Amino acid sequence: MAIEVKVTSVLQKVTGAKVVHGEGGTVAELLSDLDGKYPGFKQQIMQEGSLHRFVNIYLNDEDIRYLDQLGTRLKDGDSISILPALAGG
Amino acid sequence: MDHGHLHIDRTDRAIAPASRVALAAKPATAISHPASTTGGRTMPAVSVYIPTPFRKLTGNRQHVEAEGKDVAEVLANVDKQFPGFAKLVFGSGTEVPAHINIYVNKQEIGSLQGIATPLRDGDEVAVIPAMAGGSADAPASAPERKRIGALTSEQVNRYSRHIIMPQVGPSGQRKIMESSVLIIGAGGLGSPIAVYLALAGIGKIGIVDFDTVDISNLQRQILHQNADIGKLKAVSAKETINAYNPDVEVVTHEVPITSDNSMEIIAQYDYIINGADNFAARYLVNDTCHFLKKPLIDGSILLFDGQVTVYLPGKGCYRCLYPAPPPPGMVPSCAEAGVLGALCGTVGTIQATEVLKLILGVGESLHGRLLLYDALAMEVRQVKIRRDPHCVLCGEHPTVTELIDYDAFCGGAFGHTNEEEQKAADAAKAARERAAGN
Repeated sequence: MAIEVKVTSVLQKVTGAKVVHGEGGTVAELLSDLDGKYPGFKQQIMQEGSLHRFVNIYLNDEDIRYLDQLGTRLKDGDSISILPALAGG
Repeated sequence: MDHGHLHIDRTDRAIAPASRVALAAKPATAISHPASTTGGRTMPAVSVYIPTPFRKLTGNRQHVEAEGKDVAEVLANVDKQFPGFAKLVFGSGTEVPAHINIYVNKQEIGSLQGIATPLRDGDEVAVIPAMAGGSADAPASAPERKRIGALTSEQVNRYSRHIIMPQVGPSGQRKIMESSVLIIGAGGLGSPIAVYLALAGIGKIGIVDFDTVDISNLQRQILHQNADIGKLKAVSAKETINAYNPDVEVVTHEVPITSDNSMEIIAQYDYIINGADNFAARYLVNDTCHFLKKPLIDGSILLFDGQVTVYLPGKGCYRCLYPAPPPPGMVPSCAEAGVLGALCGTVGTIQATEVLKLILGVGESLHGRLLLYDALAMEVRQVKIRRDPHCVLCGEHPTVTELIDYDAFCGGAFGHTNEEEQKAADAAKAARERAAGN
């Protein structure tokens, strides 16, 4: 099951591209799949099994905190966005 | 009337405000009907303010009494009492011409229902030529303008492209001119924000920035130019703003914003726009805006990415979106990673747009939505954001009830993450851990 994942320029240094594709029935599985493809991926957004609190993941346009968090189920054609806080001004 | 002073060309007239267009739909006959024709019912009695140039008709009376259920009827009634009055107002046409403003209780009827604006007993209708007229028609005096908050002819010209839009109009322009906006940071975002708000005629703009202009700022910070290198950014910003529009009152706060001064500074403004370059200032400004119930227009940038949203009092905050800052080093600053200069313009002008919409009370604000701008893909997306009931600041059971030590919260001096500060932050963290272990 291929899920489109959009990342910001900061994560691009790990993935090499701003849009990548991964597989998984849940967000957690998807992130593990991406970590296998792009070593260091999870380290950028997670700590001890939880998402960093400055990183949000959106399934389509909804924050997964308000769905089932990392257990949020995915289906073909879903789009995931991974957004860290930015401080620049 | 000397229409030449208005400098409104054909294009402008072609897109006259809806209020004036609406007047056209009202037949001229409505004006010629005396108010007393409505079958014995008592009509509202109102006071009509007559501008100086029209007073030769009213025997130099500044106010006359008239009756009518709406503005059109009242003007017709005045015309009946003082024949020729309607012609002075409407000329040979049936619309209120561009150089005349009519106010009901100090509100311009363009923002109400045009000449169909209903009236009640005791209302005041004021007829004001909005420009310095020529020939026999003397301009309305300065006190007259101030009394009803009218615009000067220069202001009518300067802001004409805003005023002719039905969503703005003279009353919207006055709202802009009566508003105060605080801009946090006179940098990449603060620059375009300040410039567009200055051009729009915001009454008071506050600039918080303690830094000085460096040559590396000039790749993107359009408030500052070569000659400003070494100057305080707040001072350079003030000069630029007033060069664009001398009417804007600029207040400089040439200090770092801290827990000690943020309440006092932010309390002085209606709207707060965040263009800070570090997490500590972002959490500080957010928390202060929450405590003072100030709308916060937030924007942030890095590399090719921008994020913009609006936090309205009681409806969620920055901490709902990002509950905690990244550990130092996890998210680089623009100084470390870089930022596309033109990105600042895109994101900053979106912030300026949002504050103007809030001031005017028009459109759909970005509240509840995070707008994501990816300059590299040239893609704009939105995701939903909402008030988090578990938010430590604005949730159901808040634990942050006053300002905190934001440097400590963000793990480094002012949230900057360059190497030296990183070391200092690590040392401070180690010291805290040692202290906690004891």
